[in-house]
Amino acid sequence: MTHSNLALDMRRQEEPANGERASYAYRDMDLLRFTTAGSVDDGKSTLIGRLLYDTKSIFEDQIEAIHVASKRRGDHTFDLALLTDGLRAEREQKITIDVAYRYFATPRRKFIIADTPGHIQYTRNMVTGASTADLAIVLVDARHGVLTQSKRHGFIAALLGIPHVLVAVNKMDLVDWSEEVYRGIVEEYSAFAQKLDIQNLVFIPISALKGDNVVDRSEKMPWYEGGTLLHQLETVNVGADRNLLDFRFPVQYVIRPHQDFRGFAGRVVSGTIRPGEEVVALPSGIPSRVREVATYDGPLEEAAAGDAVVITLEDEIDISRGDMIVRKNNVPTVDARFEAMLCWMGDTPMDRSIPYVIMQTTRTTKGIVGRLVYRIDVDTLHREDAETLALNEIGRVEITTAQPLFFDPYRANRSTGSFVVVDPFTHVTVAAGMIRGTVQTAERLRPELRAGRPVSPNVVRPAAGVPRAEREARNGHQAAVVWLTGLSGSGKSTIAHEVERRLFEVGCQTAVLDGDELRHGLCGDLAFSAADRHENIRRVGEVARLLFERGAIVICPLVSPFRDDRDRARTLLPGGRFIEVHVQCDIDECRRRDPKGLYARADRGEIPEFTGVASPYEPPESPELVLDTQALSQEQAVENILEYLRSQGIIAG
Amino acid sequence: MVAYRKAHLEQLESEAIHVLREVAAQFERPVLLFSGGKDSIVVVHLARKAFWPGRIPFPLLHIDTGHNFPEALEYRDWLATHLGVDLLVRTVQDSIDRGRAVEETGPTASRNALQTVTLLDAIRELKADAAIGGARRDEEKARAKERFFSHRDAFGQWDPKGQRPELWSLYNGRHGQGEHFRVFPLSNWTEMDVWQYIAAERLELPSLYFSHRRPVFERDGMLLAETPFIQLQPGERPKERVVRFRTVGDATCTGAIESPAATVDEIIHEIAALRITERGGRSDDRRSEAAMEDRKRQGYF
Repeated sequence: MTHSNLALDMRRQEEPANGERASYAYRDMDLLRFTTAGSVDDGKSTLIGRLLYDTKSIFEDQIEAIHVASKRRGDHTFDLALLTDGLRAEREQKITIDVAYRYFATPRRKFIIADTPGHIQYTRNMVTGASTADLAIVLVDARHGVLTQSKRHGFIAALLGIPHVLVAVNKMDLVDWSEEVYRGIVEEYSAFAQKLDIQNLVFIPISALKGDNVVDRSEKMPWYEGGTLLHQLETVNVGADRNLLDFRFPVQYVIRPHQDFRGFAGRVVSGTIRPGEEVVALPSGIPSRVREVATYDGPLEEAAAGDAVVITLEDEIDISRGDMIVRKNNVPTVDARFEAMLCWMGDTPMDRSIPYVIMQTTRTTKGIVGRLVYRIDVDTLHREDAETLALNEIGRVEITTAQPLFFDPYRANRSTGSFVVVDPFTHVTVAAGMIRGTVQTAERLRPELRAGRPVSPNVVRPAAGVPRAEREARNGHQAAVVWLTGLSGSGKSTIAHEVERRLFEVGCQTAVLDGDELRHGLCGDLAFSAADRHENIRRVGEVARLLFERGAIVICPLVSPFRDDRDRARTLLPGGRFIEVHVQCDIDECRRRDPKGLYARADRGEIPEFTGVASPYEPPESPELVLDTQALSQEQAVENILEYLRSQGIIAG
Repeated sequence: MVAYRKAHLEQLESEAIHVLREVAAQFERPVLLFSGGKDSIVVVHLARKAFWPGRIPFPLLHIDTGHNFPEALEYRDWLATHLGVDLLVRTVQDSIDRGRAVEETGPTASRNALQTVTLLDAIRELKADAAIGGARRDEEKARAKERFFSHRDAFGQWDPKGQRPELWSLYNGRHGQGEHFRVFPLSNWTEMDVWQYIAAERLELPSLYFSHRRPVFERDGMLLAETPFIQLQPGERPKERVVRFRTVGDATCTGAIESPAATVDEIIHEIAALRITERGGRSDDRRSEAAMEDRKRQGYF
């Protein structure tokens, strides 16, 4: 049934006879949501005012209103910040107190700004603004350098999984456009950011007040060769971090206009789905097939992350709001116990005796915070023991829910990994949470947790004997694990051995743990089933860790197709020392290269569950490095890795 | 992967549909506030999509100041009939007759502010726990901080400093007895987005939006239509001009602009070049610097 058969169709305009339509010029724009954070005097409102002003997004009556407001205040300059400080209370205090949303567009993109206040009591607003952002602008006042507040903003951006962080070093006009001042801030902030999980960190020296490097290039800072702030915003790759692998469809609403139609309305939050594909409904686990992916505009051949659709199934299954439709072979964790990072937003502190309401995807259930593993000091990033979480505090907790939730780790899926906590009496949203995983996983990986002692996931029991730090000091470089993942034939081994050769030549301690080699010995008992692959990677990860503790730069070229396995290997090491490199190459090109004749054998059915042929490959969500071996020469690929190691201070520059 | 990229209108549409479905799922008696203006027309169209092939599961509610342009009313009645949805009309005149509201007097009298009384009474009468509106955050500074799900206390009031945090696409519509929510599916849309969407979906609008000849006069730099509802002041002489309206509200405070734009595409071109916001033509926002915020606190749309 398509909408044209429906008598109830809305009245629509006639299709114009001649094809030219002005509206088409705007149809192809995409959308970038970003958040801005800065302290009271960092000039954040001025920066936003400047972006709006210079992109001609401000109308004459708004400009006029500001002139009037400025004059009334006895201020005769044109205050750009007044454009964005909306509420009366803020105008009186001259500070922004709540998340405000602003809009502007250039011919390339539409932008949604979540403008959040930066001072300490409003961490909750920063978290709110960050939750929907693809990019964060952190403002640093060039005169004051990196303050704890700027660090906090970076931490929250990383915590909320924002892939791109742009540090705008503002007020360069007040430090005489000094390159030295700028470089100092870049160095200090980069060192701090290493401890965080930020995929892409960019610095730009600007003056929001004067407009330098915001929309137009600055003539005052010839030493800066990068693009302007707007250029970054226009060109940063959005959607690259979208999860298109794990199909998750939380059922939002059941549509049943008559006996013959039973559709499940909702948004595909990740992955893709087509008619005919096998699915299961959670929690029942009952399988079926997709009959149709329906929309008002007609059925779709495929729906992808972000699409609001109605799914109908081949079989009559009892499914209601809060259930989830997923693929048979790719299901989320179903569990009533999980670990999460929790940001407390309520005025009254967290109470571990109250069953709160937990809202996750379209599911609502009761839940109790069973344990506060640690509280994190957002300024120093130190973990501390605590009894509770108060307003604006962030901690790691264990939650037990009345009904199981269907979730993925937040890192892998921002939609199924996020939840809010609601006070059962006042109905106010009191916390936002990001799921890390099941409690069981955490306990298995780190048995010391069972003793109830808060322990950093990144600290490994100290080995007896010579500590790593002493080894690193003598070696003259830091230890690290460089994990190369990618399809068979993508070039991992070749690159790995060449990187090792180059490191060896400058005196580094190195080791290569080659997947093929290990499978002849250490892992000779394992085949290629999913379970065996997990075990294979677990062993390699553990061996890599042992060598790492001995001070080596360990290079691991392994197909390692599953994200969870790689993430587990990552958790064995301190932050910043696990370098995931995605060696990228089209399957067709790998097949053409086929250096070991494996694809040919897989196609003949001789190798079951061969990655890329009969078994999935899950590309990293946010690898430290991506090497496209179709675009890069082998030499360039090797150089990129070495350059990354230098930039992180692992080897000398 | 390029094929999976979503253009901005698709993202906005999907977001709005998601919000509308949340309303239907979380509330017992929602209403959709319908003014006959382009934003509420777009919301109705999105609701149509959200619940297709079912019908829109809530009624339309029009708060009628009695000072409407006839074109807007004609469109309203046509739409309700064609969609087969319930249309409820509550009038400001009725509130005045029952002594719930007192008519402003003088040449600049407007019933715009009185709508709040009628609206809150209607919400109480219908026991509505959610009222969906077409307001957008880009319209006005106070609206920039509005949530998708915006809580109203038992007196219908908005507390801008005590708003619930709204994260990801998790909308918390839980509330106590007598409280309700205003829900704004178009929060992230701009005027341009709305027009582009109207063009893309080929929606038909009341004729007021398109260029036509009409007697208008100038007041406070605005062009107001000559209607029986406005008392002319000395020196105000209506003259026929070629105009269109950018918003369709109460006829006493909705300004027209001179424009030859007679099609949606021409309007899009014109907006791209325009230098005045659409609310800039509304005298209700001009009363003071914080006009909108004050009205919103009291329960305005």
